[in-house]
Amino acid sequence: MNVLAQDPALETFVLNMGPQHPATHGVLRVKLVLDGEYIVEAEPVLGYIHRMHEKMGENRTFAQFMPNTGRLDYLSALSYNHGYVCAVERAAGIGVPERAEYIRCITVELNRISSHLLWLGAYVLDLGGFTPLLYAFDDREILLDLLEGVTGARLTYCYFRFGGVYNDIDDDFVTGLKGFVKRMRTRLPMYHNLVTKNIILRKRLEDIGFITPELCRKYGATGPVARGSGIDYDVRRHEPYSVYPEFKFDIPVYPKGDSMARYLVRMDEIEQSLRIIEQGLDKLPSGPVMAEKVPKILKPPKGDYYHAVEAARGAFGVRLVSDGTNTPYRLKLRSPSFSNLSLFAEAAQGLLIADAIALMGSLDLVIPEIDR
Amino acid sequence: MKANALKQAMAKVSSAKISEAPYAAKGFHLEISVAPAEVAAAAAVLDREGFFIEAVTGVDWLGEQAAAEKAAKAAAAAAAKKAAASGEAAPAEPAPAVAPAIPAEDQFEVVYDFNHYEALCRVTMRVRVVRSTPEVPTISEIYPGANWHERETHDFFGIVFTGHPDLSPLLLPEDADFHPLRKDFQA
Repeated sequence: MNVLAQDPALETFVLNMGPQHPATHGVLRVKLVLDGEYIVEAEPVLGYIHRMHEKMGENRTFAQFMPNTGRLDYLSALSYNHGYVCAVERAAGIGVPERAEYIRCITVELNRISSHLLWLGAYVLDLGGFTPLLYAFDDREILLDLLEGVTGARLTYCYFRFGGVYNDIDDDFVTGLKGFVKRMRTRLPMYHNLVTKNIILRKRLEDIGFITPELCRKYGATGPVARGSGIDYDVRRHEPYSVYPEFKFDIPVYPKGDSMARYLVRMDEIEQSLRIIEQGLDKLPSGPVMAEKVPKILKPPKGDYYHAVEAARGAFGVRLVSDGTNTPYRLKLRSPSFSNLSLFAEAAQGLLIADAIALMGSLDLVIPEIDR
Repeated sequence: MKANALKQAMAKVSSAKISEAPYAAKGFHLEISVAPAEVAAAAAVLDREGFFIEAVTGVDWLGEQAAAEKAAKAAAAAAAKKAAASGEAAPAEPAPAVAPAIPAEDQFEVVYDFNHYEALCRVTMRVRVVRSTPEVPTISEIYPGANWHERETHDFFGIVFTGHPDLSPLLLPEDADFHPLRKDFQA
């Protein structure tokens, strides 16, 4: 036994977390080199659900790729719809009626809330609390029903079109949404009482899993991960698109950089999304929801175009290279979780496994979006 | 303004050609084209100016040379026809002065996207390498986040990032010996 103890390499062992681990929320594998329960090295292994969306983009027309965008991040699919249509609209020079822009913002924010609710439930579940999941899914169910009524799908939305949206919203949606906003306002304090103020949760999250602003910059982290490290960066404010400049909303920023900061950013974002939805419903103009005369076959001029939107997990960017034909020459999808996960290896060093789970959950990963 | 500061700082990188792009139409502010040898130097400048890395990717320009030659031939033929129609002898130098240089070989383009948390300034950096020996130095020592992006680009295009710590397949199967985003890839 003494021989073993003298060689430090023999005191560590390798543990595979995943690809079927419940805390990885999908098929992500993390190769952990452990010294007891402490992480010496963590290496995420990707590609288990890789589908080569970027190749698919090259052999179908612009419109035919629309359904793919809803299958990248299935929890905030509308943001991905939005990023893609914005990029193509920029390339082909298509204008969007104002009513359609408002509907886009309202539904995207709704989708952001449903994504954050699922994250809340699943995150607390990772940490051992079962009850909040049931509350969060209760609220999310209302949202999914509302979105199903207007988009026709519950999860993998394909609702936006170049030049507008597929379907106008109706009175049922508006009344249902007003009811939801009212309900959610009473639910949020309940979540804070039930979860945020819970001493066990605080002990698991506070001062654990630090991510510094410099680490964010070097790895290109965006979204709640960056905002939880004190970086005031949100594409909706930084690089305004659609009708976001029309809305008054705050960008929640917490400077501490621990898991709790990222938790609080997302909880506050739910509140801000509710504000945007309320203002959107108040200001909703009448008019068409599709631009007139959008050509059936799009042939954007040669060149490359970029458009980024703020998805629930950070900046989603589309780089579109057009060669003037009806299919993209190259379609690069820049997904936020890919960059957010890449800093995990460095941030998880020296943590206990249980704390690494808390750190990973606070990154809010969606694996199909990382693997694409 | 950030763009101007970057332009000045980038002056130290001799091969870097920096130009402004129409943001509303394109979605980025600055375009930098740089020689492969000076990628790391240019990335270090961006790093010092506080930019963060958004993505690294590639574009396969297979057939670009053939298209350029065809266009040049067509232009020459049109000029000759025009000259013949006007009854003059074919001009000695038919090539127009603005004709782009025809690349000797088809190329890959490596595209780096940088962005800034405070200033509104998106930077697209482009590097061209020949398709037969696609080698670009890695920038993963400057931006550790580039590690995965470069691995992914290697997966999809077979572009080799020299000095990269681990170019094993990231998204493709571990024994993958194909590069699906090459335009001559056959499934």
